[in-house]
Amino acid sequence: MELHQLTIHELQEKIRGGGASALQIAESVFSRIDAVEDRVHSYIRLMKKEAMAAAVRADEQIKKGDIQPLTGIPVALKDIVCTQGIPTTCGSHILHQFVPPYNATVVEKLAAAGAVFVGKANMDEFAMGSSTETSSFGPTRNPWDLERIPGGSSGGSAAAVAAGECIASIGSDTGGSIRQPAALCGVVGMKPTYGRVSRFGLIAFASSLDQIGPFTRDVEDCAIMMNVLAGYDPKESTSVRAEVPDYRRFIGRDIQGWRIGIPGEYFIEGIDPEVSAAVRKAIETVRQCGASIVEISLPHTRYCVAVYYIIAPAEASSNLARYDGVRYGLRTADARDLAEMYEKTRMQGFGAEVKRRIMIGTYALSAGYYDAYYGKASQVRALIRRDFDEAFTKCDAILTPTSPTPAFRLGEKTDDPLQMYLSDIFTISANLAGIPGISVPCGFSASGLPIGVQFLTGHFEEGRLLQVASAYEKSAAVEKRRPSL
Amino acid sequence: MKLSTSDVEYVARLARLEISEAEKDKFTAQLNDILRYIDQLNELDTAGVAPMSHAIAVTNAFREDKVVESLGTQKALANAPDARGEFFRVPKVIE
Repeated sequence: MELHQLTIHELQEKIRGGGASALQIAESVFSRIDAVEDRVHSYIRLMKKEAMAAAVRADEQIKKGDIQPLTGIPVALKDIVCTQGIPTTCGSHILHQFVPPYNATVVEKLAAAGAVFVGKANMDEFAMGSSTETSSFGPTRNPWDLERIPGGSSGGSAAAVAAGECIASIGSDTGGSIRQPAALCGVVGMKPTYGRVSRFGLIAFASSLDQIGPFTRDVEDCAIMMNVLAGYDPKESTSVRAEVPDYRRFIGRDIQGWRIGIPGEYFIEGIDPEVSAAVRKAIETVRQCGASIVEISLPHTRYCVAVYYIIAPAEASSNLARYDGVRYGLRTADARDLAEMYEKTRMQGFGAEVKRRIMIGTYALSAGYYDAYYGKASQVRALIRRDFDEAFTKCDAILTPTSPTPAFRLGEKTDDPLQMYLSDIFTISANLAGIPGISVPCGFSASGLPIGVQFLTGHFEEGRLLQVASAYEKSAAVEKRRPSL
Repeated sequence: MKLSTSDVEYVARLARLEISEAEKDKFTAQLNDILRYIDQLNELDTAGVAPMSHAIAVTNAFREDKVVESLGTQKALANAPDARGEFFRVPKVIE
C-alpha cells in the first residue's frame, strides 16, 4: 500500500514507528497528484512548495519527539477558507486575485496541529451548488467515474480524499455540502453542530447555516480532525462556549441498547432503488450491533428544501453585497460612475447560479415580500427544528440516506436549478435545525458508484454521532475499494 | 407567473446586478419555477409560531473591551483594485 492511500491514524503509527517521514508522505501525495490531477481536477491551487517546506519542518519536530495530532499529515483546504498570503477564490472569478491578509481559525488550528497543507480545493462558486460544476475554474470529476460529478459544493475536498490527492480535507456545509459529496465520493464527511467550529475566515454564504467540517477515509480520522477543529473562538461571535470532549474516545464503543430512529419521510418515492437497498442494509447492520430500530416521524421534512431556498439565498444576497469592486476582488474596467461600476463588476464577476440566488434572496427580502417569504420560512424552520427535538425524545440517533441518488452525470442538472436543489433533500434539515450529521460509506451501486448513509444526533452530540458511525462502520465492513484512476 | 421580466429587472437593480437580455428571460422562467416550488410553504398554518433566525440561541456575544491589534492600513488596502494614500479610490459618484 502506498502512503497516499493510508488513513491519518495509520500514518501516525508509521511516523511514530519511524516507518515513514513527513517528507515521504508529502512526496507520495504529490506524485499521486501528478498522476491523476489533470483528470480529476480536485484543486484550484496546489501548494507544493509550502507543503514540502512544512513536511521538512514536521520531520524536524518528529526528530525532537514533538508529535502533534496531525504532524506530517497532508490536508486539503476548500478554497473558501482564508489562507494568509495564498490566493483564496471561493470558486469565483470575482475573487480570482484575492490574497487574504489573515488565516481562518481552522487553518491556524490545523497548522498548530502539524498539518501539511496540500492546496486549495475546488468548489461550487461561493459554495452554491451540489456538483462543483458552478466553479469558475472548471468542474471537478468524480474519481469513481470521470463522467460524473463528485457532489458539491465541497466536491474538490471530497474527490481529493477519494483519489489519494490528500489524506484528509476541510469542507463547509450549508445544506449538505460536506455530507453529499462525501457520500458520492465514498468517504466520511461530517457537518458539526452550528457553533461547534469557528467560522472566522470562512467566506460567508448563509451565516445562520454555514459550518466547517472534515472529510476523511474513516470515522476514527474524522474524530482526530474534530479534536483539532472544535472549540470556542473569541473571534467568532456565533461559536459556542461548550466543552469539547476527546472525540477519539467515542471510537470503538458499542451501541448496545441504543434506539436508532428511522424517519418514514426520508424513504420516499423517487429515491434510487440501489440507494434505498444499501441504506436498508445499513439499518439491519445497526440492528445487529444491538441497537433497536424505532420508526419516527419528522413531519415537516417535505418543506425543508423550500425553506432552505428562501433562507440561504436571502442571507447570501446580504453577504455577497460586499463584492462591489471597491475593497478587494474584481473591478470592471469600463464604468463611468460608481453605480455602473458596482453593476458591471458583479455582472462580470459572478456566475449564473450565484446571480440566481442573489436575485431570489433580494426578492424574498424586498419590501412587501419579506413576511410572505423570509418570515414564513423562518417560522417553518422553527417547526422543522421542533420535529427533531421531538424525535430525539424517542431515539438516540437518526439514520437516513445521505443523497437520494449516487453521483449523476456532468451537465445532467445544470439547466434545471430545482432538480439540482433536490439532490440536497436529505441533508438540508440538519443545517436548518443546527444539528450535527455525518455521512459514512455504506456500499456501491451495481455500476460501482459509492453510496452513503447519514447519521444525525442532537446539538453538540458529535461524540455520540462518531460512536454510532464508527460502530456501524466496523460492523458493516463495507468492501474497501479504490477508484481505478 | 408570479414574476414578470420587469420585476426581474427591478430585483436586479436592487441587487446591483447588470443582467443581459438573454439572462433576463432565463432568470424570469427559473425564478418563477423556484417561487412556485416555495409556495408549498403556504399549505402550513404557522400562526403563532415564533420565527427561528439562528440554530443555536447565542445572544450578546460580548468580548472584553480591550484594545487589540488590527489589520492596519497597508494590509487593508493590499487587495484594493485602486487605492491612493490611505483611501480606496472609486469612480466619481456625481457629475
